[in-house]
Amino acid sequence: MVTKGQAVDACPFFQKKGLCQMEKAIKRYWPVFILPTLIAFAIGFVWPFIWGIYLSFCKFSTVSKVEFVGFSNYTKIFIDDSFSHAFWFTALFTVVSTLTINILAFLVALLLTRGIKGTNIFRTVFFMPNLIGGIVLGYIWQILLDGLLSNWGKPLLALDARAGFFGLLILMSWQQIGYMMIIYIAGLQNVSPDLIEAAEIDGATPWQVLRKVKIPMVMPSITICTFLTLTNSFKLFDQNLSLTGGDPAKQSQMLALNIYDTFYGRSGAQWKGIGQAKAVVFFILVVVIALIQLRATKSKEVQA
Amino acid sequence: MKKKLVSAVMCLAMVSSVLAGCGSSAATGTSTGASAGTSTDTTASSDTAASTQAAADTSASTAGAGKVYYLNFKPEADEQWQALAKTYTQETGVPVTVVTAASGEYETTLQSEMAKSDAPTLFQVNGPVGLKNWVDYCYDLSGSDIYKQLTSDNYALKGDDGAVDGIAYVIESYGIITNKTLLKKAGYTTDDIQSFADLKKVAEDITARKKDLGFAAFTSAGMDSSSDWRFKTHLANLPIYFEYQQDGITSSPAIKGTFLDNYKNIFDLYINNSTCDPKELSSKTADDSRNEFLDGKAVFYQNGSWEYSALSAKYTDDELAMIPIYTGAGDEAKQGLCTGTENYWCVNKNASEDDIKATLDFMNWCVTSEEGTKAMANDMGFTIPFKTAQASPNVFVKQDQAYTEAGKTPVSWNFTTMPSEEWKNTLGSALTAYAAGTGSWDDVKKAFVDNWATEYKLANG
Repeated sequence: MVTKGQAVDACPFFQKKGLCQMEKAIKRYWPVFILPTLIAFAIGFVWPFIWGIYLSFCKFSTVSKVEFVGFSNYTKIFIDDSFSHAFWFTALFTVVSTLTINILAFLVALLLTRGIKGTNIFRTVFFMPNLIGGIVLGYIWQILLDGLLSNWGKPLLALDARAGFFGLLILMSWQQIGYMMIIYIAGLQNVSPDLIEAAEIDGATPWQVLRKVKIPMVMPSITICTFLTLTNSFKLFDQNLSLTGGDPAKQSQMLALNIYDTFYGRSGAQWKGIGQAKAVVFFILVVVIALIQLRATKSKEVQA
Repeated sequence: MKKKLVSAVMCLAMVSSVLAGCGSSAATGTSTGASAGTSTDTTASSDTAASTQAAADTSASTAGAGKVYYLNFKPEADEQWQALAKTYTQETGVPVTVVTAASGEYETTLQSEMAKSDAPTLFQVNGPVGLKNWVDYCYDLSGSDIYKQLTSDNYALKGDDGAVDGIAYVIESYGIITNKTLLKKAGYTTDDIQSFADLKKVAEDITARKKDLGFAAFTSAGMDSSSDWRFKTHLANLPIYFEYQQDGITSSPAIKGTFLDNYKNIFDLYINNSTCDPKELSSKTADDSRNEFLDGKAVFYQNGSWEYSALSAKYTDDELAMIPIYTGAGDEAKQGLCTGTENYWCVNKNASEDDIKATLDFMNWCVTSEEGTKAMANDMGFTIPFKTAQASPNVFVKQDQAYTEAGKTPVSWNFTTMPSEEWKNTLGSALTAYAAGTGSWDDVKKAFVDNWATEYKLANG
């Protein structure tokens, strides 16, 4: 990297000349590289985001015709208890799924870095579920779980919020463990063998090696994985929509689905603004939780 | 130099991939609007048609610069609408786009489509409650040609100010569709069923002999969202109808649920004499139910005249019949099919004047021209409430007329006065839970009576 202080043309002795030229090209043509994405980001994200916040203060049935109403949408968020129920359901799900996914993914990663036969096949197979879209997965698992439940003579997913909860948990674990596993494997492979060898020479047991060497060294991976699982579970939508659809009677409805349901499921201009207000509150919640988590895990990261 | 070329090519590749990304996301934007439905733009073909026509004669100019964008509510009639639009474009040179929303997604689709600059010029509301959301977008049709073609003023949907906001374009009936062949095999005819008691006797007799006969009385009363409207909306119409009749009203801020026991009667009959265990109903879809009927696995199938095109592919007219949904309420000897409409055409008043004119012309053409009325009667199987209507070959429609001629009173469609979609969904959940045994009938009552008042207040408060 060329830092700010250095002369632009200086090519550090350890870099190839070609690389330097490319860097120069990047310097000159950076707008070509960054502008398309920036414009797409502005059009597709920043503008709708600002517009969305404004809409949360309005009453409207289509976005081309809005009427400013101030904070009244926010006061109506708790007009029924569906939002708070969805919040607690989501919070519980997030905690449980973050723990299960990360612990299982880490264990699988440990197993698959020991050089056992067929490691690559296993890695591929475990990663595969992640390639299927959430909606499809939801419907597939709905058929699977409903088949199982009806075999047991238990009420189906759409009738039992508890079954819905565990169904979601199974589905999300199945889908996400492979992905997190890849990140953990990358982290574990980066732990220097010297450190482990040194620890072993010092007489550390395998458990101690794991606790005192490996885990601190893969802390950056843990930060990323917990961040991903936490936010993914908190804003889970597709799987929730297709697996349970919030049934029975919104008992298995998570926050994102609740917002969608308020916005689209209820007809009448007043509901659009309320849904939008819920979405803004939801955004703030996700940001706060993600920041707290990042700070908590980052503080545990070490340098070796 | 070579490097520069490489980097330029890379830039180009990147930009194009971004643009391609934008392009495809824009395309999904419109197709999500149509969801599982289909969108066919006839503009392309119409352009050529228009240009050839313009060269040939000047009559194309009478068509003006307007265009029609129809957001269709009925997925089952999508193909027929596309074809009719094409015919119209070929004849007049006016481009007509028909987009069909997926089942149950109409409101959502309409909301997003209406916000676009190219909003639908012709859309639908389902009655007075649906109109409330869109009244600001409705063009007053009182001066239009199509309004003058209506056979009765009852088919016009009027706003509070007396403006004609919507016009019903199809009259439909629903009841219990019966497979006469199977019914005969079980030893009965449709004449044996004249009341709820008869229906119960026949259904329970069939259930008792289910193994020998090889079929059940009713198709599965599926409570999946593709099918649950048959019970939470259409079947729930009956207790509402009888209550309104008794109290002499046409809508209510608070329903009393006087006839809920009758609702329970018929629903119990459906779920206990069906092809499957009531516990499995929550996952049964509309297709499941229809296929059971098509496969001859059940005699009775509660649905409406719109099913005719799907059923007539397998059965002849002589094999099919539709009987009234008896619930043991009111004068059963005089009860006819449930006949009415929840399909009102509205014209978007925010569209440009040319487009409004083109849309009005198109609507009028649909219900007055030879091709239009023929397509609506034969291809779509509709009975349309217009003076120039042609007789529909739809056997269920004919049956409705026969019932009316025999002095039976059709049950009107009062579910258009249900306070909200939410009310229907809550009722649907309660019914599903009741069918599976995880909920009680009291919950259904609560969802029906208490929630009506709550939702009415929310919708009107």
